Amino acid sequence: MTERSGVLNLGAEGLMSIGAVAGFAATLHSHSATAGMLGGIVAGAALALVFAFVAITLTANQVASGLALSILGVGLSAFVGKPFESLTLPSVPALAVPVLSGIPVLGPALFDQQALVYASWLLFAAVSWFLDRSRAGLVLRAIGESPASAFATGLPVIRVRYAATLFGGAMAGLAGAFLSVCYTPVWVEGMVAGRGWIALALVVFATWRPARVLLGAYLFGGVMIAQLFIQGSGASVEVPSQLMSALPYLATIVVLVLISRNPNAIRLNSPASLGQPYRPEA
Amino acid sequence: MRLNLEARGEPSRTMRFAAPLIAAALTFVGGFALFAALGRNPLEGIRVFFVSPVKDAYGVAELLLKASPLTLIALGLAVGFRANVWNIGAEGQFIAGAIAGGGIALGFDTSASPLLLPAMIVAGALGGALWAAIPAILRIRFNANEILVSLMLVYIAQLTVSWLVHGPWKDPQGFNFPQTKMFSDAALLPTLAEGTRLNAVLALAVAAVLAAYVFMYKSFTGYQMRVVGESEAAARYAGYSTRRTVWAGMLAGGTMAGIAGVAEVAGPMGQLTEHVSNNYGFAAIIVAFVGRLNPIGIVFASLLMALLYLGGEQAQQYLNLPSSIAKVFQGMLLLFLLGADVFVNYRLRWSDDSGGRSSIPAS
Repeated sequence: MTERSGVLNLGAEGLMSIGAVAGFAATLHSHSATAGMLGGIVAGAALALVFAFVAITLTANQVASGLALSILGVGLSAFVGKPFESLTLPSVPALAVPVLSGIPVLGPALFDQQALVYASWLLFAAVSWFLDRSRAGLVLRAIGESPASAFATGLPVIRVRYAATLFGGAMAGLAGAFLSVCYTPVWVEGMVAGRGWIALALVVFATWRPARVLLGAYLFGGVMIAQLFIQGSGASVEVPSQLMSALPYLATIVVLVLISRNPNAIRLNSPASLGQPYRPEA
Repeated sequence: MRLNLEARGEPSRTMRFAAPLIAAALTFVGGFALFAALGRNPLEGIRVFFVSPVKDAYGVAELLLKASPLTLIALGLAVGFRANVWNIGAEGQFIAGAIAGGGIALGFDTSASPLLLPAMIVAGALGGALWAAIPAILRIRFNANEILVSLMLVYIAQLTVSWLVHGPWKDPQGFNFPQTKMFSDAALLPTLAEGTRLNAVLALAVAAVLAAYVFMYKSFTGYQMRVVGESEAAARYAGYSTRRTVWAGMLAGGTMAGIAGVAEVAGPMGQLTEHVSNNYGFAAIIVAFVGRLNPIGIVFASLLMALLYLGGEQAQQYLNLPSSIAKVFQGMLLLFLLGADVFVNYRLRWSDDSGGRSSIPAS
C-alpha cells in the first residue's frame, strides 16, 4: 500500500521489530493475544508516523530515512525488550473452522490455523478490492504514479501518503506481533531476522500486486520451513543447519535476480513516483 | 497561513555545515528525554553516556579504537553513496574480511613471519571486496537492487561465520565454545600505546582518510563518481560508464569493510567468533551520512558514533540499561540528520495563500 502511493519505506525490519516487542508486552500484561496484535498495530503505526514526518513532510531522502528507521526500530525494540528476554507466553491455540477442518489433508492445512492466518486472507481480499475496485484506491494509485498531476486535480497527496504509510507500518507491526506472540511465543533480540527486508523484496517480486504478494509470501514461507521438512524426512543429508537457515536469504537473491533482469518490466510495473520526495510547488 | 518548504536559490552553506551539529544537538535532547522517560536522572544519564567514556586516557584510546573501523568502512561506503550506489551490506563484507583474514591466521598459526599480518590484511580486503562484488555483478548484469542483495548477503555471511566457528574452525581446546583458536602473536596487530587496546588500526584509518581524499578529489574515477551523484544526466552526457561507478562504489565499501574486519579479529578479539561484527557495518552507514560523505566529516562523525557505542556500554555498567540503547541513539542521530539536511536545500516560509508560489522550481 505504502509503495503504491509512492512512498518507499525501507524501515520494515524496524517496524516489525517494534511491533514484535509491543505485541509481546501487550500480551504479557493483558493475557490476551488480541491485545497483543493491537499493540503491534499501534506500535508499527506510531513508528511509521515518525518516518512519514521525515520522508513526506520534510521530504528527506526516503532510502536513507528508511534505513535509519530500521536501525532505530531494531535498536529500540532490543532496548525495550530486554526485560522480556527470558519469558515465554502461553501458546495461542489454532482456531479450527468447524466442518471444513475435517477434510483430509486440505482441512488441517487451510482451516485449522491461527486466527491471524484467516485475517491475512481477509486483508488480502480487502486490500485487493481497495486498490483495484474502489475510488479511494484509484486515488491512491494515481498519487503513486504522478503526485504532481494528482495535486493539480485537487487530490490530497500528503494526507493519502501519510495514511498509506501508517497502514504499512500498522501491518508490519501486526506481522511482528504475530511472530512474537503466536509463531514463537518468546521475545529475542533480532528475532525478526531479516523478514522485513525479505518482505520488501517480496513487493518487488510481486510487481506491487496483492495477489502475487500472497503467492510469493507462501513460496518464501515454504523455503523458510524447508529445513524442517528435510530434517523430518529422515533423509541422510549432511547439510549444516546454517545452510538451511540461509536458504530464504539465498532464495531472495535468486528471486531478485530473476525479476530484475528485465528493467522495462520493473519500470512498467512500479509506481512511477516511488521513492521520490514530493514537494507541493505551485 | 501555512508553513511551506520553499526551494533556496542555492544550497545553504551554513546549513550544510550546521546540519550535523544540529542533529547531534537534537540527539542530546532526545537522549535527555529518553533518560527522563526511563525514570533516570537525565543529567546523570547524559554524563554517563557522553562524558564518562572519555574521562581518562584509556577511554580516549578505546574511543579511537572503536572509531577507526567505523572511519575505514564509512570512507569506503561514502565513495559509493556519492554516486547513489547503495552498499548496505558492509556488515556482511566486514564478516567476510574477518573470515578471510582469520583463515590465513589459523592456517599459518605456527608461523612467526612478519609477512603474516600484511597477508591477513590483504586477504581481508579481498574477502570484503569479493563479498561486495556479488551485489555489484548482480546489479550490472541483472539490474538487481543492490540494497536488498547486499543485505541478504549480510545474513548469509553471519550464518557462514556461525557455521565455521561451530564446525570446521572450532577450537579443539576451546571447551566446545563456538570460537576459533586464539591467533598467534604474529597474527595480531601491534599495540600503539602501553596499557591500552589501541592498535595499528588507527594507522590504517589515517592512511585510509588520506587515500580517500586523494581518490575522491584528485582522481578521475573519483570525479566521475561525484558527477554521477550530482547529476546523472550530465554523467550520461559525458559518457561516464555506470559499470565503473557501480564497481568502484561497491568495491570501495567492500574492501574497507574487509580490512576493518581483519583489524577487529587481529586486534581486540584475537580470534574469530560469532559476534565479530557488533553492528559496525550499519553504524558506518550512519557515519557516512552524518559525515556528509567527505573524509573530514567522516572522521568527526566516527568519533561521535564511537562515543555513542562506548556510552551504551557505560550505561549498561552504571545505569543498568541495556547496551542496545546505543542503537537507539544512533538511529535518532541519523533521523535528525536527515531531517536537518532538508534545510540545506529548502527553507521554511509562512504563506498567506493556500498554495505558496515559488519562482524557483525544486531541483
